[in-house]
Formats: sequence, structure tokens, C-alpha cells
Amino acid sequence: MKRWIAFWNILVKDMHAYYLKPPNISWGIIFPLAWTGMFFIRSGSGLESVLELLPGVMTISILFGTTSMLSVTITFERRSRSFERLLLAPISLEQLMLAKTSGAIFFGIANAFIPIIIAAFLVDLSGIAWPLVVPAIILIGIVSTFLGLFIAVSVSEVFEAQTFSNFFRFPMIFLCGLFFPIISLPIFIRWLSYILPVTYGVDILHGAINGEHIISFTLDFVILAAFCIVLFLLSLRNIKRKWIV
Amino acid sequence: MKLSGTPAIEVNNLIKRYSEVVAVNDISFQVNDGELFGFLGPNGAGKTTTINLLTGLAQLDAGTINICGIDCTKNPKAAQHLVGTVPDESNLYPELTGFENLCFCAALYGMRKNERQKRARELLDTFGLADAANRKFAGYSKGMKRKLTFAAGIIHQPPILFLDEPTTGIDVASARQVRQIIAELHRQRTTVFLTTHYIEEAERLCERIAFIVNGRIVRTNRTVDLLKPIKGKNVLVLSISNSATELMGEMNSAFPGYQFQSTTSGQVRIESAEPVSIGPLIRFLEERGIQVTEARQHLPSLEDVFVQVTGIEAGLMMKEKEKAGGGGNQ
Repeated sequence: MKRWIAFWNILVKDMHAYYLKPPNISWGIIFPLAWTGMFFIRSGSGLESVLELLPGVMTISILFGTTSMLSVTITFERRSRSFERLLLAPISLEQLMLAKTSGAIFFGIANAFIPIIIAAFLVDLSGIAWPLVVPAIILIGIVSTFLGLFIAVSVSEVFEAQTFSNFFRFPMIFLCGLFFPIISLPIFIRWLSYILPVTYGVDILHGAINGEHIISFTLDFVILAAFCIVLFLLSLRNIKRKWIV
Repeated sequence: MKLSGTPAIEVNNLIKRYSEVVAVNDISFQVNDGELFGFLGPNGAGKTTTINLLTGLAQLDAGTINICGIDCTKNPKAAQHLVGTVPDESNLYPELTGFENLCFCAALYGMRKNERQKRARELLDTFGLADAANRKFAGYSKGMKRKLTFAAGIIHQPPILFLDEPTTGIDVASARQVRQIIAELHRQRTTVFLTTHYIEEAERLCERIAFIVNGRIVRTNRTVDLLKPIKGKNVLVLSISNSATELMGEMNSAFPGYQFQSTTSGQVRIESAEPVSIGPLIRFLEERGIQVTEARQHLPSLEDVFVQVTGIEAGLMMKEKEKAGGGGNQ
């Protein structure tokens, strides 16, 4: 029970101190709105293209929301040494890091629903397979957050966290099938798509929203879950190796 | 959790290396239940590293650590619920208020809402921070930050408290208040492990002291026993115009009852079991072309023992004190 009090309060503190700040809320709304508008105008198609753009915009909103916030907040807490306070608390490192990442996961999931709400005013969403979309959003939220954690553990300065995040994020926009199908990529870089976790989440979303996907849903979910576990365990290992020295 | 007869902290052959540097070199010590134990040494001696090893913020290379009989060697988390830590720098959350910071720290130890709010208010009163309870931590002065960090370390009323340089860099009044709180915690039977480079602070507060230099413990003893050899000694310090190092032999022959020591800072230190007669000494030096600019009687203290045991000049410790910019000793 005591451990869950600690877990809950770390989550609430992070939501209060970082994620629910007005600039972040407005950023969470403006960012997906800008991406939707940009791709919609660029496509030159009618409103029917909104559904084609939706998986990419949802994914990019989660990816940028989670990685930006988590990598920066953890690096900031490390620099100010307030993270030490958490390491001194009588809760396991696994539970501590799950508490630290939960806020970012919720923030990412909330970000994903902004483009859905916008799209609901423009097109009919009744054909979407929600039982696939919702778990996919959650898994993309988790994998993106753990990617942010992995980045945070790999750097020591806040500016490095931002730079290193972009090193992963921007290639993902083009390589993971967000807005361009993977099969349209040159064959010599196509393998890169398959080593990036977001590819599998986007594939589920494309399948659930537009009925087009290249990998079976089961395999997509299994691979995404595997990426979540591997990234989390790698981050824990790095924390033990680099922060508890 | 206290076990009768079991030391609160037991450390055996602890070693910690950072690349080529041996930060903690095969140290062993015990801290008894309810004891106020001082860890005294200059900056870089290994004091903070030792605390980090004991609290689980660093991994040891060799040795064993037991806290209240719990073996923390392999699992540093095992005894964290029994331990409170006040680090050498304030490490609370700048975006939270003083009250929120304390409540959050209490929650980390599983305290329920009513309990943690009551305790936070109590500590804000104790540390004289009640008026600043709703101000963000970022806006606190250095002394206030230090005091709130101290309060956060004891929010869960730990039986064992690690204090890393608790009065370094804060104003005289705050340092005094912090020392009074440490003494009060000790009276309440909290086991306190205090690291400091303020010798007078250690002398005033600690029951037992270990001197640590270059990662090694060079002496551990009860404070009264450390002070015994120098009690009743008369010490006179003469400030002189030239170095008197070459005259040491001649002075020892001329004044057989006195012990002379020449320091690099142009001073001669004279120790004697009897009161030192200053006139013959001044005449002796002036006849050899050395002017005495100041004569000061010195009350022997733990500083003298430290200098004697470690070979580190007290001046070096003073410089560190000044560099830290604190009012720790006043």
C-alpha cells in the first residue's frame, strides 16, 4: 500500500508540475492541429483524405508529446538533483520509473485524441475499428514514452535531450509509414522502418482506420509490446549503470 | 526498526573506486543505536561517497554494509525505509511550494494525506518556515532551502539520519538553528551520521568521531577521548617576520620545557604543560633578527588533534570553510 501511495504521488506531482501546465496543454492542442492542417492542405485532396492522414497525425502527436516532455523533465530533475530524492525512496527502481513515465503516457494518449476530436467534426468516424485503435494508441504512448526514457538516460544535459530526441523522431516521420507507405521507400532503407517501434503502431492504426496494413495485427501488437519491454529494461539497466555509480 | 545490541550502521572493508581514483579505501566502522557519529575530513576525503554508498546512491566495489541488522550490500533498497538523508545540496522541487515539497517527500515514504500534511506543518513551524509554506521553493533563500531540505530528510521520522555537511554555505543564524535541531534529534535517540569539515561543529555535536583523509579512516574515537591528550595544555602562537624553521633545534635546547613547531605561514607554535613565558621567547627571537608581530594564546581543541592525526594543516580546513562561504562555525 505504502508503495502505491508513493507511486500515485509521483504521478500526480509530475502531472501537476509538468504536464498540466497551460503551455503544455496548448502545445498538445496546437501541435496536432498544425500537423493535420499542414498535411491536409499539402495533399490537395478533399475531406476524405482526413482519414488517411489521421493515423500519422495521431502517432506524431503521441511521439512528440511523450518524448519531448519525458526526456526533458527527467534530465532536468537529474541536473537539479531532485531525482536523487526519488532514488532514496523505499520503492523499487522499476516501480519508480513506471511512476515517472505514467504521466508522459497519459499525456501522449490525451494528445492522440485531439486529432480524433478534430476529425470527428470533418468526417464520419463510424467505420473505425476502435477496439484496435485504443490499445494501439496506448501501446504507441508507452513505447514512445520509454523511448523518451531511454533518451533521458543516455544524456546529461537538457539541450542534449532535445537534440537526441530529434535524432530519433524526425527519421521516424519518414521511415515509419506515418504519411508515406513503407513500400514506397527505397528498398535499401526499408529495413530501417522495421527496426523502429512506431512502424508497428502506425500499421495497426492504418488497418483499423483505413483497412490497409502490411503486417498482421497480432504480430504488430506483439512486436510493439516487445519494444516496450526491451526499451524499459534497457533504460533500467542504464540507470543502474550510469546514475547509481 | 531497532534491534537491541545491533549497531545502527555497520560497515566492513568498504571500497569504492572511480576509474583510477580510490574514493573510499577499505574503511570499517560501526555507529551505535542512538549515537551521533561524526565523519570529519577535508573536501574530497570520501565523506559524501561514503554516504552515497550507505544510502544506495552509489554501488560499492567491495565490503559489506548493514543497517539495523539488514544486509544492504547486495540490495541497497532493503533499509531505505529506515533512513533519512539530508544531502550536501538542496535538492527539492523548485516548482513546488515548501508545503507541497514536504508533503511529496512524505508521500514517497507511504505516509497518508492527513498524516503528511500534519507533519509538514509541524516541521515548517520547527524550522521557522511557516510564513513561507506557500511560496515556491525556487524563491527561497539559501538558508531557507537548506532548512527545508533538512525538514524533508526527517519528514518520515527515520531512526537513522545521514547529514551531509548540513551547515555548509548557510548564514550564522540558520546554521545555529540546524545544529540545535541535530542536538534535539540526538536527544530523541535518532542515530545521526554527520559528515562535516567544520571541526568545531563536530567537536560540539558528536559523541564519536572518525577522521577520514584520502578515502581512509585514520582515527576513530569518542570525542572526549580524542580531546584528552590536549586538555590542560598551554598553546601560544607567535606571528613572526621571518621563517624560524632553522632555529627550531636551538629553541628546543634553550627552552627545554616547551615544544616548538614552525608553520609555513610564518608562525611558531609553542606547547607546554606550564604557562608559556612570552618575554624570554621574544628576546630570543629578536636577538636573532626575527620580529614578533603578534602573540596569541590558543585554546587547544579538536582542530589540534585533527592536525596532529592527519597532518593536514588547520589553515587548509579554514580555506575550505571560506570557499564554502558558510557560517557553519559561528
